[in-house]
Amino acid sequence: MTDNLRKVVIDNVEIDVDPAFTIMQACEKMSKEIPRFCYHERLSIAGNCRMCLVEVVGGPPKPMASCALQIKDLRPGPNGEPPIIKTNSPMVKKAREGVMEFLLINHPLDCPICDQGGECDLQDQALSYGVDFSRYREPKRAALDVNLGPLVETNMTRCISCTRCVRFITEVAGVPEMGQIGRGESSEITSYLGQTLTSELQGNIIDLCPVGALTSKPYAFSARPWELIKTNTIDVMDALGSNIRVDSKGKRIMRIIPRNHDGINEEWLSDKSRFMWDGLSRQRLDKPYIRNISGRLEETTWDLAFNAISDKCLPAAKILAISGDLVSAETLYAAKKLVNSLKGRTECRIGDSYLPPRDRAAYVGTAHIGGIDVAEQIFLIGTNPRLEAPVLNARIRRAWLRGAEIKLVGEPVSLTYEYQYLGPKLKDLDKLSSNFLKANQLKNSLIILGQGALLGQDGPDILHAVKDFKEKTNSELLTLHVAASKVGAMDLNFVCDMGYHSSIKWSDVVLNLGVDDYEIPKGPFVIYQGSHGDRGAERADIILPGCAFTEESGTFVNTEGRPQMAFKACETVGDARENWAILRALSDRLNVPFSFNSFEELRTQLFHDKPQLGAMDEVPTNSWKPSEKFSKKCLEKNLNTVFKDHYLTNAIARSSVLLAELSKNNNKVNSKKGLKVT
Amino acid sequence: MLKDKDRIFSNLYGMKDRSIKGSMQRGHWDNTAKLIKQGAAWIVDEIKGSGLRGRGGAGFPTGLKWSFMPKPEAKKPSYLVVNADESEPGTCKDREILRHEPHTLIEGCLLAGFAMGAHTAYIYVRGEYVREREALQIAINEAYSKGFIGKNASKSGWDFDVFVHHGAGAYICGEETALLESLEGKKGMPRMKPPFPAMAGLYGCPTTVNNVESIAVVPTILRRGASWFSKFGRPNNFGTKLFCLSGHVNSPCVVEEEMSIPLKELIDKHGGGVRGGWKNLKAVIPGGASVPLLPANMCEDALMDFDWLKEQKSGLGTGAVIVMDGQTDVIKAIWRLSKFYKHESCGQCTPCREGTGWMMRVMERFVSGNAELEEIDSLLEVSKQIEGHTICALGDAAAWPIQGLMRHFRHEVESRIKTNKNSHLAAE
Repeated sequence: MTDNLRKVVIDNVEIDVDPAFTIMQACEKMSKEIPRFCYHERLSIAGNCRMCLVEVVGGPPKPMASCALQIKDLRPGPNGEPPIIKTNSPMVKKAREGVMEFLLINHPLDCPICDQGGECDLQDQALSYGVDFSRYREPKRAALDVNLGPLVETNMTRCISCTRCVRFITEVAGVPEMGQIGRGESSEITSYLGQTLTSELQGNIIDLCPVGALTSKPYAFSARPWELIKTNTIDVMDALGSNIRVDSKGKRIMRIIPRNHDGINEEWLSDKSRFMWDGLSRQRLDKPYIRNISGRLEETTWDLAFNAISDKCLPAAKILAISGDLVSAETLYAAKKLVNSLKGRTECRIGDSYLPPRDRAAYVGTAHIGGIDVAEQIFLIGTNPRLEAPVLNARIRRAWLRGAEIKLVGEPVSLTYEYQYLGPKLKDLDKLSSNFLKANQLKNSLIILGQGALLGQDGPDILHAVKDFKEKTNSELLTLHVAASKVGAMDLNFVCDMGYHSSIKWSDVVLNLGVDDYEIPKGPFVIYQGSHGDRGAERADIILPGCAFTEESGTFVNTEGRPQMAFKACETVGDARENWAILRALSDRLNVPFSFNSFEELRTQLFHDKPQLGAMDEVPTNSWKPSEKFSKKCLEKNLNTVFKDHYLTNAIARSSVLLAELSKNNNKVNSKKGLKVT
Repeated sequence: MLKDKDRIFSNLYGMKDRSIKGSMQRGHWDNTAKLIKQGAAWIVDEIKGSGLRGRGGAGFPTGLKWSFMPKPEAKKPSYLVVNADESEPGTCKDREILRHEPHTLIEGCLLAGFAMGAHTAYIYVRGEYVREREALQIAINEAYSKGFIGKNASKSGWDFDVFVHHGAGAYICGEETALLESLEGKKGMPRMKPPFPAMAGLYGCPTTVNNVESIAVVPTILRRGASWFSKFGRPNNFGTKLFCLSGHVNSPCVVEEEMSIPLKELIDKHGGGVRGGWKNLKAVIPGGASVPLLPANMCEDALMDFDWLKEQKSGLGTGAVIVMDGQTDVIKAIWRLSKFYKHESCGQCTPCREGTGWMMRVMERFVSGNAELEEIDSLLEVSKQIEGHTICALGDAAAWPIQGLMRHFRHEVESRIKTNKNSHLAAE
């Protein structure tokens, strides 16, 4: 923003605006609606739909595209009067009608069988700005559909060539897989050589498409937007905490779409988060199970299951509660309360990644996600953001486009931007010459520390080494998590000093809150509480069916330490219960009853104990604890990334048929492609 | 009639030696350094003073265009881009310069480039001009080996490089911003303006795009003076100009003539008259496919310059005169032009992408008369919906010929529709 605002007159009202504004932005500032198709705030300006034409008095005698024309380029009147813009003059009305007519002549007008119906820009704008008859008597054009893969359905005859999808895939997703070929009437949007899309953000082009040319394949013909119940909630497929809207019909979730949150996901969503919903209705645990004498799991009742648990737990058993990836802070809080009153232990660091308890500036970091937007150097340490948080990766790409330097230490991964590969070990950070560090003064430098770097016994040393580097370079630190529940669990101190491996050896009874990725060794009696019959349930002696994250409310803290609330979007399946309620009932059976009787009371207590969790959507500042001495040996270790198969990282994703297909396709593509490293 | 001594393009027909030796004999490359030494401002002023208007069709004053170029700064280079993507139907003047007078163009590049602070010129040659590109490249090589261009070009102290880029044969790449896109290796689609190329053109740097002829006349204007050039033509339309005569004339040709020459004189003197005599004239498209046609009665006292033709709601365009005699099916002729524009529309913006095809199809039915009378007005309205609503001028160019047809030959379209209807009735 510059200080010297410029006066313009829009529809007879004088207004001061930033000269860098486009006419469209200036009109929006005055709440004047300008119709548009190709223009999108987060993409480059194409100016090709011609729907946003407005009249600029005194300029050439033709309407101008308001999305592209800046206020500074407007000529003042002959005596220095402010430029006059009209958005509702006869010229503008006629221009809009004309453009609308052109858009519709070759459009199939198949709204009754189009999934976009009810949320279609073309439909809405034809109603508002079009005319009610057609003069076109010639045959209509048709186009062959393109196969873009299992996610995006195409109906290219409906396409109005706004090129939003092309610009998104090229600019934001960073994989130039789409383009417009041909000329004039026969130009079409297509994918590169007819291949299917590989981007992990491709679902967003469904939202971007202003017509029904690109629609969601899994959602095809299953619902109309006006019959869906919309619930604003939070995504848990990665630790970003993307804001989503879950649309449900009856008990079924029909689709998931992103909501705008400038600080987190802007308005994008990764495919894993968008398309995992078929996993919510498969492989569900809908009844309690108990392992019988012959070693098989068999259906039981809640009562019998609780009896068995109290038999195991009451004679002063050593209980260990472990937390999986998708558990809300409320559930963890209740579990911790229960286990603590039985003198048991809790642990959330199930993977081998080391996280320091009570050092929030290290396990969360000091930076916001938004800090990427101003960073001039970004150090990626032991992470593959493209797979661990695709939406965050798009933000890093934007920083790179803006000119930020990206440097990577760890596994050389394929990202959507070029980066300087320093090497596989932390030691390789020394390759940065002291001159570089001095010359750059490293203003706005950011370290993104992946969980992969903290794997193994060297974890604590590596963490301190990274902290040391942060202090030396005066950078900000963002610890990138992969599990939605991890930061909340760390905030609740859901850890024990012995660590996971020793605790599990120590324990008699394990209360497993949805841990599926790590095998629990033979020995302890395992109570599995979770929503899906995944690997963790196989090892269980008792299974308590809980709600999935869309079926109960809960608080999740994202990777930058921002607490957000997820809300119940639909009813759960079978006999499954809300997770906190299971623990509440269990506390009664184990004679350590909780002092709360409702979810609201639980939440009140939780927020009282941990006020930072109650400060919704706020990122608290974390006070920095200086790094400690670390063994130099850790600098020699090759850093890994935390997971290989982006699409199959949790129980819900593994239950999704669609994500399984994506994973299969992706592996095929990756085996063909080499890595791009500079 | 222009005297031979006043011709800038003395080897227009390729009858003389087109090599550097021959060109020098005809006065090109004669002490170019002296012209450069007089300074950039002098060159720009001289061109401004000569009243030279762009020869590519729009007729924007060339000197004024050059003066929009910002002062050269160290950070960003300036570029001169020469538009040799001559694709307008009926136009074939630049082609003669490229193959027979390439040295006037190259010398013009040096002088114009110096005047606008550019060290580099790109000449974008139309895809179909293969031999022309070869001739131009040979000439450039000659100029390099003589030291006329390159480091310290013509010993003037100014470094200057000329590169030839060969297009792939798309009409739209003759639009200046689409040409720049194509030159950058992208799809030839026009850019939004502003920013104009003078601010952000090739690779985002200040750029001036000029027609071949506009650049090729520069050395002679500078040598003979602005006042010599402005001797020819009416005020505001000074100079000499290459005209292309094609269609139903007895001897089609490209000829250099003074501006504001009467159309009749041009056709009779250089084109050998209309086929079947002046009385057999039906219409003339005076400036290449995109300008509205003139019916025979208006051709009688038509003057070939920007302003006169603009007053008659036509235009000089590129100076490509397409003559149609009385046997011409003028509806079909305009339909063919509509088909051309439909084929060449780049497909970027809505009105042109959808509208050119629509107009072409309606025109197709007008040719056979298989239409309703009210469709004439509807077609005119569609053409108005395209005109002025597009990113570039191709939309306008597609609309104008149809508007011209309806302005002057509406009766013919109407009678054809009626005849078609009656013949159906008679058959029943």
